[in-house]
Amino acid sequence: MDFGPYLFLATLEGAVAAAILALTAVGLSLVFGVMRVVNVAHGEFFMLGAVLAWWIASQIGAHPAFGFGLALVLAPLLVGGIAAAADVTILKRIDYDPERTIVATIGLLYILQQVTLMTYGPDARPVEPPFNQRLALPWVEWADGGLQLYWPWGLSTTTYKLAVIGAAATVLLGVWALMARTRIGLVMRATQLDREMALAFGIPVERIYALVFGLGAGLAALGAVLIVPIQQAHYLMGADPLLLSFIVVIIGGLGSLPGTVVAALLIGLSDGIISVFFSPTLAKILATLLVALVLVFRPQGLFGTRAA
Amino acid sequence: MSTLRKSLVLHGTILAVLLALQFVLPAYHHGVFARVMVMASYAIGYNILFGYTGLLSLGHAMFFAAGMYGMALSIAYLQATPAVALLAGVAAGVTLSALVAVLALRTVGVAFMIVTLMFAQAGYLTVLYFGEYTRGDEGFVIQQAQRVMWGIDLSTPSNRYFAALALFATSMAASLWLVHTPFGRVLIAIRENEDRARMLGYNVFAHKWAAVVLSGTLSAAAGAFYGLLFGYAGASFASVQYSIFPLLWVLLGGAGTVLGPLIGTLFMFYLIDLSSGFTTAHMLVVGVTLVLLTLFAQQGLAGELRARVWRWLP
Repeated sequence: MDFGPYLFLATLEGAVAAAILALTAVGLSLVFGVMRVVNVAHGEFFMLGAVLAWWIASQIGAHPAFGFGLALVLAPLLVGGIAAAADVTILKRIDYDPERTIVATIGLLYILQQVTLMTYGPDARPVEPPFNQRLALPWVEWADGGLQLYWPWGLSTTTYKLAVIGAAATVLLGVWALMARTRIGLVMRATQLDREMALAFGIPVERIYALVFGLGAGLAALGAVLIVPIQQAHYLMGADPLLLSFIVVIIGGLGSLPGTVVAALLIGLSDGIISVFFSPTLAKILATLLVALVLVFRPQGLFGTRAA
Repeated sequence: MSTLRKSLVLHGTILAVLLALQFVLPAYHHGVFARVMVMASYAIGYNILFGYTGLLSLGHAMFFAAGMYGMALSIAYLQATPAVALLAGVAAGVTLSALVAVLALRTVGVAFMIVTLMFAQAGYLTVLYFGEYTRGDEGFVIQQAQRVMWGIDLSTPSNRYFAALALFATSMAASLWLVHTPFGRVLIAIRENEDRARMLGYNVFAHKWAAVVLSGTLSAAAGAFYGLLFGYAGASFASVQYSIFPLLWVLLGGAGTVLGPLIGTLFMFYLIDLSSGFTTAHMLVVGVTLVLLTLFAQQGLAGELRARVWRWLP
């Protein structure tokens, strides 16, 4: 393949990764924004979503689309419920102290991961996509004095991958509408701005916290259900999304949702493209160092304006 | 007895018990104790930053690994003698911690935790990236012939035990000495109230920087000893897990106590050892312990002891 089509293919793959990353990172950003705590177990909620999707899909013997559809609804709800329960039993009791929360969520990370290892096992398992048509894509080239369309060998995507991008965009719009246009979003933003004042106005802050924590984990799980037909479910799969979400949330400005989405697109696309042309390890080293330096020299993030 | 005498007697007794155990422990536990003493030295290094200065780092594995690889790579590629290699490991730790401290200390609180985590992750990936030399996750073995220091073969169990005890005694003495010096007291003042320490005229940044370097150096020394005594260096020692372990040990044993790191490490080693008899998912024990500690025992074992019985415990 020539450079042009190759780059196009890398961009398409990157766009799928970016869509999933945006969902996961928005979940982390939401929790950080409203509750001011860092959830280190976020990657494990992602993993849990994928594993539950496999489990639900394998329980349903019918057409793969039915099992997948059910997983798409049930897995995020289940994971959100588990997260909300963890919030009420652990985080609420340590009073959302930022440092203790990190230690507790590290503990939670190992608990979720190891319980999955004990029940689901160490194997990687696939989920069948509901539809998966291969789409060959055209590319233009100069030939015989004019632009011509042709179909280079290997340049293709699947309907499912395009659907993932569409679904992620829809959900992100939904989250935006929830935060900006509904009463519950208003209450969340009020809690984010001033917890004490919100409490004084009779907002049930603790219930809002449980809801936000569940919502954040549910978004990660939703991202995982969408990706699991492309990438198999495995008990250690949470590490990469966690690291990348951290990077995205920090670059985008801690707690800023639009910044998070922009950064997710930037990181997801560039990670996809860089990994195709360079060593993925080198790309990750540069990305982590960049993030550390951003935190050191621009703690408000590249797009943020307010100190976190 | 004065407080100082009491604490010297207590810590001296513990070292004497560890020395005596060398002659009575069965082979398996003898090996475990050697390992625990090296890891407890790592935890002591971590405790200086976390327990006494109040800075929670999530990236200490990079210092441990710097010591380990500084030592192991100079043996494997520069044919260094063990003594020189140990010094190279410690020097790598000093350099890395001095550099990381300058950058990371510009941040506070949660940002400090994430920055150290990111630097450590970059360090881990760097070890993997240079897999040609470091052999990545697989790691490499340091041959028995390369582990003879001043005519002492460090690969035999009893020599290994003595070397581990020497390291542990040195680290514990350093930690005990630190809490009695004016420098150590300033660190505690920074932990308790940074603004007040600054108002009293102390250079907070310089003290924190020195604390990171001291902590990083002790961690690197532990890493270098670990590699040399057990004859192996691998990338897993640079991974996040090895940044979490010292935090866990110190929290369990009691942050800001001299004995806490040893108690926590010993307790956790045997807890994992026992649980691996029932399940392969032994990290589950780690997770449950972390959650229970944050919920119910913020002080850790030695901390509770200090709060209830021995108020003078350093």
